[in-house]
Amino acid sequence: MARSDTKAAAPGDIVSPEERVEKLVEHRLEESGTRRTFLKLAALGAAATASACGNSAPTTDEFFRQHYKKLTDADKERIFRRIEDETLARTGVATHVSDPPPIDGVEFAYALNLSACNGSRRCVEACARENNLPDDPEIRYIRVFEMEAGSLEFEDSTPNYGSDEKVPAKGKFYLPVQCHQCDNPPCVSACPVGATWKEPDGIVVIDYNWCIGCRFCVVACPYFARRFNWSEPSVAPERINPDQGYLSNRPRPKGVVEKCTFCLHRTRKGRMPACLEACPTGARKFGNMNDPNSEVRKIIETKRVYVLKEELATLPRFYYFFD
Amino acid sequence: MVLDFFRFLRASAGAMSRGSRGYYLWLLFLVAWIALGMLAYVHQLRVGLVATNMVDQVPWGAYIANFTYLVGMAAAAVMLVIPAYLYEDHALHDVVVLGELMAVSVLVMCLCFVMVDIGRPDRFWHLVPLLGRLNWPASMLSWDVIVLGGYLLLNFYITTYLLFSKFRGKQPDRKKYLPFVFLAIGWAISIHTVTAFLYSGMGARPHWNSAILAPRFLASAFAAGPSMVIIALSLVRDRMGFPVKDKAIDRLRQIVAVTMLVNLFFFFSEVFTELYSFKDYAVSMRYLLFGLKGHHLLVPYIWVAVALDVFAALVFVTPRFHRIPRLLRTGCAAAILGVWVEKGMGLVIPGFVPSPLGEIVEYSPSFTEFCVSAAIWALGALLYTLLLKAAVPIELGTLRMNPEPAE
Repeated sequence: MARSDTKAAAPGDIVSPEERVEKLVEHRLEESGTRRTFLKLAALGAAATASACGNSAPTTDEFFRQHYKKLTDADKERIFRRIEDETLARTGVATHVSDPPPIDGVEFAYALNLSACNGSRRCVEACARENNLPDDPEIRYIRVFEMEAGSLEFEDSTPNYGSDEKVPAKGKFYLPVQCHQCDNPPCVSACPVGATWKEPDGIVVIDYNWCIGCRFCVVACPYFARRFNWSEPSVAPERINPDQGYLSNRPRPKGVVEKCTFCLHRTRKGRMPACLEACPTGARKFGNMNDPNSEVRKIIETKRVYVLKEELATLPRFYYFFD
Repeated sequence: MVLDFFRFLRASAGAMSRGSRGYYLWLLFLVAWIALGMLAYVHQLRVGLVATNMVDQVPWGAYIANFTYLVGMAAAAVMLVIPAYLYEDHALHDVVVLGELMAVSVLVMCLCFVMVDIGRPDRFWHLVPLLGRLNWPASMLSWDVIVLGGYLLLNFYITTYLLFSKFRGKQPDRKKYLPFVFLAIGWAISIHTVTAFLYSGMGARPHWNSAILAPRFLASAFAAGPSMVIIALSLVRDRMGFPVKDKAIDRLRQIVAVTMLVNLFFFFSEVFTELYSFKDYAVSMRYLLFGLKGHHLLVPYIWVAVALDVFAALVFVTPRFHRIPRLLRTGCAAAILGVWVEKGMGLVIPGFVPSPLGEIVEYSPSFTEFCVSAAIWALGALLYTLLLKAAVPIELGTLRMNPEPAE
């Protein structure tokens, strides 16, 4: 039963996780206080209670938490600190949870050059590390399909080609698929409780604390972009990325749905998505579609781009092109 | 009045707790199943839905298949209500409450199947109108919550009102229940239509994205549901001494004869349209009927289901067969089972095979899923048994608030 993609090559030139953790611990020690200690103790207590009745039994605070859109800034601060404390108590890793808002006037778009992609799957692995995706059970946001040259039929493709296979293989090309951040997202209208929505910059996000885990959005997605936490996700402490966005890569509980967010905790601060930075061929292009000078805008204007399943009128923000 | 209602509840509970040795054994049997299922569910709660055989490619399985089927069962109570109230069929009028009680029990099963399927049962309240945050009207699932909840309330009210009136020895006031009966008729159609729209609205899933789906749902529900009622009424007559008229059973038999034929016709229309045009989108149908690239888990099931449906239809339309009560009941069982496979696993699973990106992942329920599902069926049976145990003597007039003096 292929739950998701096979593993890709080792991560490239990322700073070692230990270094990052060290820096963060230093940073956090500086701003420590008595309230923090109390909260840490409270979190430890909560964690102990929780582990007694299955890992993700909710705390009272969690149980009565309101929808993301109803939270005040003070609520958010409190929740972010609680998540940080819980992570620290559980894994010993100091993290920082923030919630960068969408930038006015920015609408993100992604373009992928199929002529350049060589099927290395560095993007898959970098994405997993950046977004704290668990390895067991394995969750991956990006799937790379090995396609027959001359065919765009998924029926003839292989999504789970061997990790020891020499790529690119003769007579094949590679088509990575991740969330297309549709402008008309069927997953959003499917959700019965409004736990997933489209942000002003086009990114479709999920409130992991509001999702009931019915998986109707998974059923509705034509691009197989959504992943469900079938069991308690766990990431080895040394692999945890401490830079966490509340609506993206912060810890998720079991029983909820998650997906690619174009690394909004990076991209809303002017950085590139992790998959793009990891790509060895430069096949991936990302930027602000509203900016006439952005690379991605020029590609959409000048290249013969296409989208997957155009007939469904989902209007993806993820374009493919051959160059 | 309030005091009377407490008497009504106490008398009902009393009736439920008295019975023969066979009755207690039956309850014990059901409770044992429920206990086993609860153990399985606790396991699922602890480890997560990984205890099921569902995966990202097949995100819905046995739970939602059973849910879909049972919504139809609940809607089918209307097949008693329409003849009884619109066509003044007196034979059916006598038993209409028994059919509505079945709808109540089945709806409770539906809620349970949703509850065990969701990844965060602790957040079930997010679905409750006003309390949570219902994504209405965009989400078909939010419609489903409203229509199913409403239908449960309607049937609960109607049955309770009718039984309570009889218990007090009073003639039910038509003004106090008839409007709700008529509302419930339309409502019954809506619950199964909305459940069909959950599927047929999915552009991403060509197998379900078909206009015939809702009509198919209704036809199959109106075949399987009344079949279940026929079996239930036979049992109530034999075991509990309730005088069910032969005419009532025969009227239901006439109904299922037509609905089963219509159901088979709709199914055939769908299969023909999908397969004759060789369209790409028909791969799921080919997977279901013939298998795909060496995967054919569902093939034997669907053909057995079609055979059962055809057999049931033959029994229902042939006087020589359906006049034999035992054979009629066998035909009913065939219809119940046939539709269960055809509309449960036979409809839900092929929608996921292949996945939107062409992957073929097959699914069959895990042991946990089997135990939990069986327990919910047992719970439904238990609930219906208990409700009947109180309702039958009230309907018969042997359970009254002020018993008439013996002559």
